[in-house]
Amino acid sequence: MKDTDIKRLLYAHLLCIFSVILSTFIPSLFLENFSILETHLIWLCICSVFVTVVNLVLYSVVKPNTPSKRSSLTHKVARFLKCCIYFLVSCFSFHVIFVLYGAPLIELVLETFLFAVILSTFTTMPCLCLLGPNIKAWLRVFSRNGVTSIWENSLQITTISSFVGSWLGALPIPLDWERPWQVWPISCTLGATFGYVAGLAISPLWIYWNRKQLTYKNN
Amino acid sequence: MQKVSVLLCLSWVCFLFYAGIALFASGFLLTRLELTNHSSCQDPPGPGPLPRGARGEPGACWMASRFSRLVLVLIDALRFDFAQPQGAHKPGEHPASLPFLGKLGSVHRILQLKPRHGRLYRAQVDPPTTTMQRLKALTTGSLPTFIDAGSNFASHAIVEDNLLKQLARAGRRVVFMGDDTWKDLFPGAFSQAFFFPSFNVRDLHTVDDGILEHLYPTMDSGEWDVLIAHFLGVDHCGHKHGPHHPEMAKKLTQMDQVIQALVKRLENDTLLVVAGDHGMTMNGDHGGDSELEVSAALFLYSPIPLFSSTLPEEPEVVPQVSLVPTLALLLGLPIPFGNIGEVMTELFSGNEDSPVYSSALAQAAAVHLNAQQVSRFLLTYSAATQDLRVEELQRLHSLFSKASADYRRLLQDPQGEEAELRAVAADLQQFLRGARALCIESWARFSVARMAAGATLLTAACALCLLASQWAASPAFPFRPLLLLSVAWGLAGAIVCAGLLATTGLQLDLVVLGAVAAVGSLLPFLWRAWAGWGARRPLAALLPIPGPTLLLLLARWAAFFSDSFVVAEARAAPFLLGSLILLLVAQLHWEGQLLPPKLPTIPRGGPATPAGPPRHQGVHALGLGLGLLFCTRLAGLFHRCPEETPACRSSPWLSPLASMVGGRAKNLWYGACVGALVALLAAVRLWLRRYGNLKSPEPPVLFVRWGMPLMALGTAAYWALASGADEAPPRLRALVAGASVVLPRAVAGLAVSGLMLLLWRPVTVLVKAGSAASGTRTVLAPFAGPPTSQADLDYVVPQIYQHMREVFRDQRERTSAQGPLTVAACQLGSVYSAAVVTALTLLAFPLLLLHVERISLVFLLLFLQSFLLLHLLAAGIPSTTSGPFTVPWQAVSAWALLATQTFYSTGHQPVFPAIHWHAAFVGFPEGHGSSTWLPALLVGANTFASHLLFAVGCPLLLLWPFLCESQGPRKRRQTAGSEAEARLRPEEEEEEEPRMEMRLRDAPHRFSAALLGLGLKYLFVLGVQILACVLAASILRRHLMVWKVFAPKFIFEAVGFIVSSVGLLLGIALVMRVDGAVSSWFRRLVLAQKR
Ligand SMILES: [Zn+2]
Ligand SMILES: [Zn+2]
Repeated sequence: MKDTDIKRLLYAHLLCIFSVILSTFIPSLFLENFSILETHLIWLCICSVFVTVVNLVLYSVVKPNTPSKRSSLTHKVARFLKCCIYFLVSCFSFHVIFVLYGAPLIELVLETFLFAVILSTFTTMPCLCLLGPNIKAWLRVFSRNGVTSIWENSLQITTISSFVGSWLGALPIPLDWERPWQVWPISCTLGATFGYVAGLAISPLWIYWNRKQLTYKNN
Repeated sequence: MQKVSVLLCLSWVCFLFYAGIALFASGFLLTRLELTNHSSCQDPPGPGPLPRGARGEPGACWMASRFSRLVLVLIDALRFDFAQPQGAHKPGEHPASLPFLGKLGSVHRILQLKPRHGRLYRAQVDPPTTTMQRLKALTTGSLPTFIDAGSNFASHAIVEDNLLKQLARAGRRVVFMGDDTWKDLFPGAFSQAFFFPSFNVRDLHTVDDGILEHLYPTMDSGEWDVLIAHFLGVDHCGHKHGPHHPEMAKKLTQMDQVIQALVKRLENDTLLVVAGDHGMTMNGDHGGDSELEVSAALFLYSPIPLFSSTLPEEPEVVPQVSLVPTLALLLGLPIPFGNIGEVMTELFSGNEDSPVYSSALAQAAAVHLNAQQVSRFLLTYSAATQDLRVEELQRLHSLFSKASADYRRLLQDPQGEEAELRAVAADLQQFLRGARALCIESWARFSVARMAAGATLLTAACALCLLASQWAASPAFPFRPLLLLSVAWGLAGAIVCAGLLATTGLQLDLVVLGAVAAVGSLLPFLWRAWAGWGARRPLAALLPIPGPTLLLLLARWAAFFSDSFVVAEARAAPFLLGSLILLLVAQLHWEGQLLPPKLPTIPRGGPATPAGPPRHQGVHALGLGLGLLFCTRLAGLFHRCPEETPACRSSPWLSPLASMVGGRAKNLWYGACVGALVALLAAVRLWLRRYGNLKSPEPPVLFVRWGMPLMALGTAAYWALASGADEAPPRLRALVAGASVVLPRAVAGLAVSGLMLLLWRPVTVLVKAGSAASGTRTVLAPFAGPPTSQADLDYVVPQIYQHMREVFRDQRERTSAQGPLTVAACQLGSVYSAAVVTALTLLAFPLLLLHVERISLVFLLLFLQSFLLLHLLAAGIPSTTSGPFTVPWQAVSAWALLATQTFYSTGHQPVFPAIHWHAAFVGFPEGHGSSTWLPALLVGANTFASHLLFAVGCPLLLLWPFLCESQGPRKRRQTAGSEAEARLRPEEEEEEEPRMEMRLRDAPHRFSAALLGLGLKYLFVLGVQILACVLAASILRRHLMVWKVFAPKFIFEAVGFIVSSVGLLLGIALVMRVDGAVSSWFRRLVLAQKR
């Protein structure tokens, strides 16, 4: 592992953070009355799209993993479709899990689903970009001693911190402060966003700090 | 370590907790007995003549009324200094920094211009300074505490005699507007009422504006005798902004305008009272006993001159309850029976023209009536309970008799001296003050010392649990000497304390005695821990709980400190449980135990994970987790809303079927409930059959096969009767009534007899093995005689077991029985857990009867959830050769969380109005007569059913991993053909039979230690919960919600802890009983072999 890799990782992550920040400011130039809390759903969609686009561009430019040998058009299309299906499946399963965790079943379906979408954007989307539609690789990355590169390591960190962020976001909901952001699912989406951004910021630093201990199979 | 000493040790730890809880409760929960006696006009409070003109005059009662109408303006949290003029601030403080000063200008103008019409007092308030308690005090004249014993917990309605009751009896029209707390306190007491919601403390204006809308029209209409307006704005402003905020000035100015407008509208027969119910601290809170909280403003005004004396320099200090007897006598009402206030004599002096003697006479008459009433109350109260000091009572009584006799003598004497009358009045006032002081002493003081000591004791007990649960696992744990030493020290401490108390002549207080004994017995342990600490013990020993679990537990404990979270715990507990479950699944995956290790795992620096042969339960564990989540969510549908969240709607399924309209839906629901019952029964029987526990002809097995369906039948029949009782034809009424008495009792009786049978013959082993073994070789070579010592038995038992296994294998080979015949077939492998599961089912039936019908679905879910959780936990325990002898922390935490979640999903809430009182009438439709313990037991069993069930089932956490062992090898055999599996497995493992729970018997010492460790861990998790409650209640004793949220929560947690600990002891005792029975069974087998 070289320092240049870590540097590339850092720049990539900074770009991702930048995209999240942009998604909060750019729309207010075009849309009237835009604010994160008031028009939360719109922001969710925009943020999700921004992060997706930036991720796609980044991973196609940086190409951290070796491209597969077969690169025919049909294969690519099949792969893309598979990715879309995986993403949808992840959205729906997140939605189910939220409901199991206590989200309302019938009311606020759209809000809950958009939360599932944004959480999928923060977690499933990078997995798809980096590892492709390959469940086994995903399971490998998220187990002890399973990572094989700094990219996978940072993926692990950002994903876990997004989950932890949205979990923490659920905690203030019962408090009687009566703030507008305490409404389901705003605090959770904000928590997920903060968790994602924190994960993006922390993972290069953490890898840099522990670069002596980290030895990957490939490097 | 012997089995009995495990139980003794656990009971000792429980005793420590109980002592701590009792000590804290004695300092925190003030108690008082509520009397339901009433004063009445016809019944004067004592012998002797009533004051002149009282009889015969219209509108007069004990005394002639002075005012016929009253306007009471209650400004919530009107602290005394809020009514002070601008110049009254302390020197050194800039007046501009005190926005609340000098805003009540109209009060000062009256005091300046018409000093004989009005007066300002500093009212001394008794803690707890919360609005509801203060309102009780302001109407009953008593000292309400948090637990007014004898009151109806189901509602807040005041049962004691009070001013409003007396007003209603006298036929006065009472109009109320303001805080809706009054609606709960005085249901139906008002001729007209305008209630406004008081809950939202951030809303400063709704209540006040609502009052102002109605106040003046009502007043002008004249359709009232007593007008009460309770403003909340000042209090809410205090909670929201604090008293030092400009908003407070605005609010007080508004109140000033109200007073001004009222004064203008008053007529000559009307008295105006402006009062604060309590003060507020520097931060605007109240509830405690600090100086700022207990001083409230009290202002009296009358359009006609009221006072004869001149204005005092500094406002006089009067107890707030003095208002009650004063108002009662001024309005011509009897003084409420339980009043302990002292009449304000100045108001009875008449106007300045009246002669001095008659003024003194009127004052003495008022004080005498008041004293008679208080004396009557003290006599009645002390006859009912013993919590007042006897010597002081006697002293007061003699004081009163003497003064009363003097008074009567003076009345007989026509040439009475004014000075003598005043002296008698002073004596009577002294009596009144003494009586008040006596009552305050026993009713109205937080004992901070006791609270702190109780919290410390609980902390020490928790620390003990934490340390001992780790030490218990080590073989060198000096168990018995420690226990003996502790008990000896505890006894010594108790004796010394009792001796000290006896010699000093103080009353023997059981709570203190218990606490001293607890501290005494803790000392040797703490000393030992301190001495043994040194360098040997790593700091990690302090925090053995793994990080993520600890984080979840911390979140749970921290939640006790927030009233919002306590209120929302019904949803927070399942959330935390779900998090823990997913965490467990994720951890399993992270450790590589969820999936077969087909993927290359690269060992990195550090020790390689002892993955061993991972259990092939990949999707299995994930399914268990999701199933658990699903069940938890389903159970959450049975949700009862706390009253604090008005937007929330309680589940309609918590009402009994009898209240449903529409026959079809009712029948469907009935079917579902019976279905749940049958499913529960079938599941338990299926489980028992799977482990071969239904084959032997032993009585408990017969009971499971025939008695349990009978119980289910009885329950179903009872439900049918209860839900359709109204539809029964008239000639069957008697039969239905009889059956609804008999059926629940029969089910309970069956359950008890089943438990007795289980305790009598817990080992339900099929003795076929013995007969088969009789012809084969003997294995007991080393022993010539029957085993005499425990050591012999410890050694022999595994041997016999080994032998039996061989016998079985022979049998299998001979008969080539269909399917694999495992140890389970001879039922020894599951002998412990079968007993526990049977006991749980037997317990569940009577508990289920106490709930409404549809809760049976929750009970089914409860069993399902615990089953899934146990499997999930068992999947997470690495299978090592020694066996899983320690129960991991996450298992215990999940179990405790599950118990909490079930408490809520069975329709409970930790507040008194939410208690299911109907449970007391199950099997006793006519009530219980005078007995109180039986209904209390029934209601308690209903409320703490989940605590009891989960505590009794706690040993399953230890047993289940052993039980699940049988699945591994069996699966292995089934999949033996698959080459991928076979390669991974050594050949000899094929041979190994699962020994399941018999592995516990291989190491009896470790078994005992494991039980002890499990018990200590469970007690720790529950103990820290109660500790968090205790700390929250004591730190937040000034909080707005302390009596509404924290104190009830503490009581429920405390009782829940006691129920859980008793259940835990029972569960462990049951396991030990089974163990003893298995030992004697083996012994019999040995003797049979010898023959
Ligand atoms: Zn109040
Ligand atoms: Zn208040």
